[in-house]
Amino acid sequence: MSGIKDFIDQEVKANDVVLFMKGTPGFPQCGFSGQVVQILDYLGVDYKGVNVLADDEIRQGIKEYSNWPTVPQLYVKGEFVGGCDIVREMFQAGELQGHFEEKGVSVKGAA
Amino acid sequence: MGPLEERITRKIQEQLSPTRFEVINESHLHAGHQGGAMDGTGETHFRVRVIAASFTGMSRVDRHRALNELLADELAGGVHALALEPAAPSENVRW
Repeated sequence: MSGIKDFIDQEVKANDVVLFMKGTPGFPQCGFSGQVVQILDYLGVDYKGVNVLADDEIRQGIKEYSNWPTVPQLYVKGEFVGGCDIVREMFQAGELQGHFEEKGVSVKGAA
Repeated sequence: MGPLEERITRKIQEQLSPTRFEVINESHLHAGHQGGAMDGTGETHFRVRVIAASFTGMSRVDRHRALNELLADELAGGVHALALEPAAPSENVRW
């Protein structure tokens, strides 16, 4: 399992914004993952999507990595932000854009 | 009310002393999900809304962690998705 933890750790640290999701940004295979994709695309944030359905080890490993039992999971600059509900709440409250800017992630913004 | 919904309801009632809460079985909204293995009649998808004093001063992530831990057995044993809407009594909610 340590191999998969290293892999996840590397993905999280090597990319400013990473979304562990079911499916891909172009073809989400779960409504919750799809909602986060829509929000990130709306804000115009560059991110890497990691499809947990492609590898059972990642699917299990990501739950242990942040002690968070569900997917999707959003990471910004190496820090866990939350799942679908949290991302949506932050977006609706207008906090998500500020969070990205605070972390130095560029938001091209459709808004 | 199915057995899982009953357990979730009881745990929230007993462990969180909520001022108000709702447990909603949304499984029917996900019928046909995962290649049709979920037919929508089961207890696979829940939405849990809770207003509790213990959430005051807690971050969003910590509130979710508290609920995920409380319902860890249910998540491991049949609940496929858990949408969470925790709030403190001073916060505005739309439900």
